[in-house]
Amino acid sequence: MHSLDNPQILREIIMDHYENPRNRGLVEDDSYKKVNMNSDTCIDDLDIQVKFDGDVIEDVRYDGEACAICTSSTSIMSELVIGKTKEEAMEIVENYMNMIYEKDYDEDLLEEAIAFKNTHKQANRIKCATLGWNGLVKLIEESEE
Amino acid sequence: MFDVNEIRKDFPMLNGKMMHGQPLIYFDNGATTLKPQMVIDTVCDYLTNYSGNAHRGDYDLSHEVDEQYENAREIVKNFINAKRKEEIVFTSGSTDSLNLVAYGYGKTHLHAGDEILLTVAEHASNTLPWFDIANEVGAVIRYIELDEQGRLTLDNVKKAMSDQTKILAIAEVTNVLGYKAPMKDICAYAHEHGAIVVADGAQSVPHQKTDVIETDVDFLAFSGHKMCGPTGVGVLYGKYDLLCETKPTRLGGGSNSRYNSCGVVTLKNPPYKFEAGTPNIEGVIGLGSAITYVSSLNMNDIEAYENELRAYCIEKMKALDNVDIYNIDSTGAIAFNIKGVFSQDAASLFNTYGIAVRAGQHCAKILDEFLHVSSTLRVSFYFYNTKEEIDQFIEVCKKGDDFLDAFFG
Repeated sequence: MHSLDNPQILREIIMDHYENPRNRGLVEDDSYKKVNMNSDTCIDDLDIQVKFDGDVIEDVRYDGEACAICTSSTSIMSELVIGKTKEEAMEIVENYMNMIYEKDYDEDLLEEAIAFKNTHKQANRIKCATLGWNGLVKLIEESEE
Repeated sequence: MFDVNEIRKDFPMLNGKMMHGQPLIYFDNGATTLKPQMVIDTVCDYLTNYSGNAHRGDYDLSHEVDEQYENAREIVKNFINAKRKEEIVFTSGSTDSLNLVAYGYGKTHLHAGDEILLTVAEHASNTLPWFDIANEVGAVIRYIELDEQGRLTLDNVKKAMSDQTKILAIAEVTNVLGYKAPMKDICAYAHEHGAIVVADGAQSVPHQKTDVIETDVDFLAFSGHKMCGPTGVGVLYGKYDLLCETKPTRLGGGSNSRYNSCGVVTLKNPPYKFEAGTPNIEGVIGLGSAITYVSSLNMNDIEAYENELRAYCIEKMKALDNVDIYNIDSTGAIAFNIKGVFSQDAASLFNTYGIAVRAGQHCAKILDEFLHVSSTLRVSFYFYNTKEEIDQFIEVCKKGDDFLDAFFG
């Protein structure tokens, strides 16, 4: 069996990022752009910060109150996009969203984020699994304006 | 006492409905309830066989609609023991009813400095309209303190009342903690001190016998869909004199008796002045049918059976070491969390086993100030639930630590 098809491994990835979220905690620094993302239907509520260096995403931070799926998906997102250009990051996001919505995607680009490939089976969790990612998109789009 | 297994045959959704590949166990009755075939048939009968307008035409069909529509009003009147059927206003639900009291009565009767008393356990629908009215007229919102368990007591009402208190807006049973307010005593005390009581009955009327003469409540709001009726229909009960003083918040066809081009309008008497526009006719008739159905089971028996279910569930939950219960000795919904598991994650786990359980703040967004937890799980029973369903729920509670299974299930 392909290790990425092993639910136990996917599960451990999510638990690891839930219990030890990477890049968590906001910074007091005006050079970061910030957005609040909260779900209308559940309690997930995260502030997300991104620091751009020209075209490159230099840092991503986030904090707030969120469930396991929301916290871990945001943590993984932060690791994936730090150091990438906006364009590279957007390609990762696009593939992630394709995976979430059951379209074709390139799993090599997603690394640990493939842990969320079963999200569609619990449709009510799609919002949790995309909240942080949508926050990133919003900040990238705002930085282009 | 009714036979629950017989009752369950009346509900199509309890006979074959699957959720996540499992037979549905519906424990979110505080949100809405399942519908018995009788209500479904009543609504279909109107749509199929006599779907004319009410209070309009001069022909047999419209007369037939009128009779059924007004018959539903009579059924509601008897169900809550109102003095007259003109005290029954059909609305779109509890939220609509409470808004009508706030904007139609509160706004025209409150002055700057007057006080409105609420509790932190109130639903958004019995909070936000009052915030807005208070802002508009310069009235003040104050909170009646809950006791340690989260109950509303007469003593705390007395402490909170002042000469400025004009309106108490309180749930008869709160939607998260589920405690029953001593309505009769509160109404008596409020009336002695010149205040009126607006009761949110959304979580009480479906589950216990209601007697507005005995409690002497001034306004009572409730929803049809939380008591086996259709969505989009509810009731505002108001004492007739108070309804006369209440201004309609919507005007239009059917609510006036005459008007002229100078803008002189003569409104109809209550309840018709509040029911402008074509009403939710199938909803109203369906609500009448739902009340006939639950009444046939006897409201006291419904309450006794639900208390038995709750006690059974609490005993089993107390035996688990991974569950925090926030309202052990209440009578309504059970608010709880699985230790160390975010409520939304736990709700997904229950979903995997076909069990519908609510997670979050349950529209009571200031209750966290009392509970000191930001969100909870809530199970709420109705008379068609069973101990066997509770047993299955308990088994899933035990699996709480494996909540990510839900994500891969």
